[in-house]
Amino acid sequence: MATGVFSSGRAKIKERTLRTDRWWLQPAFTVFVLLSFIVYATIRAFENAHYFAAPLISPFYSPCLTPNCVAGSSLLGQPIGVVHLFGIMVSPSLFILIFPLGFRLTCYYYRKAYYRSFWMSPPACAVAEPHSKYTGETRAPLIMQNAHRWFFYAGLVFNVILTIDAILAFRNADNKWGHMSVGTLVLLANATFLWLYSASCHTCRHTIGGRLRNFSKHPVRYKLWTYVSILNHKHQNFAWVSLFGVALADLYVRQVSSGSITNFYFF
Amino acid sequence: MSEQLERYSYDIVVIGAGGAGLRAAVEAREAGLRVAIICKSLFGKAHTVMAEGGVAASMGNVNESDNWMVHFRDTMRGGKFLNHYRMAELHAKEAPERVWELELWGALFDRTKEGKISQRNFGGHEYPRLAHVGDRTGLELIRTMQQRIVAMQQKDGRETGNPESFIKVFAELTVTEITKENGKVSGAYGYWRESGKEVFFEAPAVVLATGGVGKTFKITSNSWEGTGDGHALALKAGGNLVDMEFLQFHPTGMVWPPSVRGLLVTESVRGDGGVLTNTDGVRFMFNYIPDVFKDKYADNEAEADRWYNDQANNRRPPELLPRDEVARAINSEVKAGRGTEHGGVFLDVSKRLPADVIKKKLPSMWHQFYELAGVDITKEAMEVGPTCHYVMGGVEVDPDSAAAVGVPGLFAAGEVAGGMHGSNRLGGNSLSDLLVFGRRAGVGASEYVKSNGANPASEDSLKVAHERIEKPFSQVGGENPYALHQELQEVAHNLVGIIRTRAELEEAIAKIADIRERAKSVSVSGGREFNPGFHLTFDLDNMLLIAESTAKSALLREESRGGHTRDDFPGMNAQWRQVNHISSFNGDHVSVRQQPLPSLPKELFDLFDIHELEKYMTPEEIAKGGSN
Amino acid sequence: MARTIKLRIWRGNAKDGGLQDVTVDANEGEVVLDVIHRVQATQMNDLAVRWNCKAGKCGSCSMEINGKPRLACMTQMANFEEDETITITPLRAFPVIKDLVTDVSFNYKKAMEIPAFEPPADLKPGEPRMEQIDVERSQEFRKCIECFLCQDTCHVIRDHEENKKSFAGPRFFIRIAELDMHPLDMLRNRKQKAQEEHGLGMCNITKCCTEVCPEHIRITDNAIIPMKERVVDVKYDPARWLGSKIRKRDGIL
Repeated sequence: MATGVFSSGRAKIKERTLRTDRWWLQPAFTVFVLLSFIVYATIRAFENAHYFAAPLISPFYSPCLTPNCVAGSSLLGQPIGVVHLFGIMVSPSLFILIFPLGFRLTCYYYRKAYYRSFWMSPPACAVAEPHSKYTGETRAPLIMQNAHRWFFYAGLVFNVILTIDAILAFRNADNKWGHMSVGTLVLLANATFLWLYSASCHTCRHTIGGRLRNFSKHPVRYKLWTYVSILNHKHQNFAWVSLFGVALADLYVRQVSSGSITNFYFF
Repeated sequence: MSEQLERYSYDIVVIGAGGAGLRAAVEAREAGLRVAIICKSLFGKAHTVMAEGGVAASMGNVNESDNWMVHFRDTMRGGKFLNHYRMAELHAKEAPERVWELELWGALFDRTKEGKISQRNFGGHEYPRLAHVGDRTGLELIRTMQQRIVAMQQKDGRETGNPESFIKVFAELTVTEITKENGKVSGAYGYWRESGKEVFFEAPAVVLATGGVGKTFKITSNSWEGTGDGHALALKAGGNLVDMEFLQFHPTGMVWPPSVRGLLVTESVRGDGGVLTNTDGVRFMFNYIPDVFKDKYADNEAEADRWYNDQANNRRPPELLPRDEVARAINSEVKAGRGTEHGGVFLDVSKRLPADVIKKKLPSMWHQFYELAGVDITKEAMEVGPTCHYVMGGVEVDPDSAAAVGVPGLFAAGEVAGGMHGSNRLGGNSLSDLLVFGRRAGVGASEYVKSNGANPASEDSLKVAHERIEKPFSQVGGENPYALHQELQEVAHNLVGIIRTRAELEEAIAKIADIRERAKSVSVSGGREFNPGFHLTFDLDNMLLIAESTAKSALLREESRGGHTRDDFPGMNAQWRQVNHISSFNGDHVSVRQQPLPSLPKELFDLFDIHELEKYMTPEEIAKGGSN
Repeated sequence: MARTIKLRIWRGNAKDGGLQDVTVDANEGEVVLDVIHRVQATQMNDLAVRWNCKAGKCGSCSMEINGKPRLACMTQMANFEEDETITITPLRAFPVIKDLVTDVSFNYKKAMEIPAFEPPADLKPGEPRMEQIDVERSQEFRKCIECFLCQDTCHVIRDHEENKKSFAGPRFFIRIAELDMHPLDMLRNRKQKAQEEHGLGMCNITKCCTEVCPEHIRITDNAIIPMKERVVDVKYDPARWLGSKIRKRDGIL
């Protein structure tokens, strides 16, 4: 039976949409960029190599938690043993990537982006979606989107670790302090973008003050809420910038580690 | 036909779902009665949403010196003492309570530092008095009452199982007739705009809350709904209209492009450097400075331009003359053929100030015209002329109960009722008027119903109403309602507009009579289903009555006061202050008679400085010192 | 000044209908509603269209222009190319009545389902004291002019008629948010009801409601997502749930 815009009683129009602009451009672009990132990240996560070039560590592998991590890359020790699945050693990256991945998957902005572009629900505003049934986020698995705040907390832990990584990058290859290289800037930028992404998050906005009914009784939290609200306006931008930031930081470390380029030191 | 006629039976029918209508309905429900709310458009779209400034109520939140007596004085002064004193008194006394109760229904006004309702200054109000929500106070009012009605319906639903057991909203329905039986109201007859099907509401009491009449004029800030339905319904039911000559025109409304036609251009555009020019490029206001203002207004451009930066040593630019002087000047230029093809003149601020200064000083003006019409006032001149904004005249009512004089069972509140604002309304007093008299109409109608009981309608009265609705369809090849409406608007605007003369008014009366005659043969194409041409035929009929009443009242009043300016009688005359003009309708034409204005009782008389009253009243009135 | 433009206007009723071509003059500075009125006055006297204030304040003239939900009074003709054919249809999420007029009663039914504002029982008129910062969030939602463009564009009901019974729509999510953030509202189960009865969980925050809102209310960011987070507080967050059982903190949940 016809549903949606073709339901009986609604104006009889055969087109799924009468939009004349290039509404498909944005979802197509989103698919392209996100897919590129997924492909790159998957390759890198399974590569299990070229993720450390003292003092730089790739954000995909920090903290490196298994005994097979390269020397010097395990900031928090190696509490997890080497795990084999189907006879293949599991990359240390996989143990940690699940958290930032979960944070982004449940992020209110990314949800919009992939629901629209991958799931086409809807592909664009006022463009009929191809599904005959829709239940939204009311049941499993999508009800798990409500776990966003836990991933947010986990994301904060990673932000701290990656910030420490950036600080540690104020050393030279012999772990002597007081140096700074292009790699330092790359990791610093990455950490900054990630903090901005977390701080602008809707859950952060809620936790810091959004849940209050009376702001006037909590002046400090109100003030913080106004700052977070300003950042929240830009959450979409921070989501993209930090995504590119992570990928580029990893790429840079990989190139240095594999010897393709030399990490230039300013001093 | 009466077999298929859709019929309802209610205690009270409220016509109009703006602020006054909804407030009346709330009150009637609280009195335990069953109420039908009828509106021409969707629920919540009434013209009340257009009110920006605020609602005037002397709560004294910002200045503690404010009280009802100050508000009363301001209102009387604004109306040039032609207000019905009792309405102005009730209004000033009850407005604060009406605003406060809105808060308990969920309204969120802007706040003062102490957390009270903030109040802002407004022209004619001595203290900051207008409770407001940004510039969308009207929307807040209508939404709050709409939600109050829903809350009451929810409660009724819990108690009776049917949320519409006591209050039901009939949206997109036009009432064409108030039916009467034994000289009293017996109901309201109309049709669904959607289907064209006819409906009859049997009810012993009807509250008119239909708003204004702006659509009678070519340029107006009113929406299509402002066709004077309630005014006309009351006339046809045997009621009276009081002082229909008083209409609030703004001298500078946009006349072009059509997307912003009628929108007001605030006086601050002129205050900040905007100049008026005609199509010859002449800054014409210098030619219209009356002798009494010669010492205050510059007679040359050089001095006028210096004033913006040095107000101490220069006289003001003539663009800042009082409203009626500016209106008269624009009117004269247009009539002398130096106006634009759309009947306006140019108001230009773009050549006077840099774009960024304009945007900073007039942000909402700039934004409004840019967004709605693509007109960039920093780059081009505006085309402005007088625009019709509000009607002070209206149904003659008993101030305390809002009962229409002469028609038992009929009540009127809000813009459709006359008397409250005298010859000129203060900004902010319209929203408080809606609340105060909307509630009073609800009380009045409830008490009337409780003491009078049902008044069943006869089939005869329904037949008459039915035939009238059928008529435009049974006529073929008659006049086009759109064309007649346009013609009426031209006549009303040009001859009964902001500046009036005897000759023009007489001409208008003749022309209106002619259009009325031709309107009898109006025919419409298409079916009954949502047919705007069909809808217009009834609106047209109403507007013709309004125009006739206005023109005839205006012809009689040989003075200029508030919203009535006679070029041939420029001054205000204390004799005329004692006179109300009462319009009535005999089924064929409107006649206007004079009636004495009730005089101020002593306790209200004494609220004024005697020297102020001397400006408005005759020596005999002053000597008498109030009526009791 | 005046130019001739081509329109395709949908005409018909609930049973049948289609797009009709019409050519009409348009003047500089006009909006789509002006042009529709000209068509009505000169060529199609019985063309049905809903409108009121013509100033973007009442939200009556909602329709779809070139496939996008818009207010006809706020859509300037200057936005279109000289030779562009402009397609005008009624809202496609609601049953059509005639031509450009649709039956929006769905929205009034939903309004009836949202529990009303509930002030403290003993509060007298004139007594409320609220600070500006405490009312600002709800004030944003009260800017709503009920044009129902958000309801029209929301795919949950636009594309799934069967969801209408269980989904209130963006307009009423901002109403719920308005009340849940109202300093004086005493009803404490709005969050649960939002999720369990009004279908908040159906929303997948794809933000079309925000995109079409003529009042620029940030529906998704400021109302729907905060409400989703508040729902998590009371329904999906064991820590918060436990905390609220141990000590009832006033003014939060």
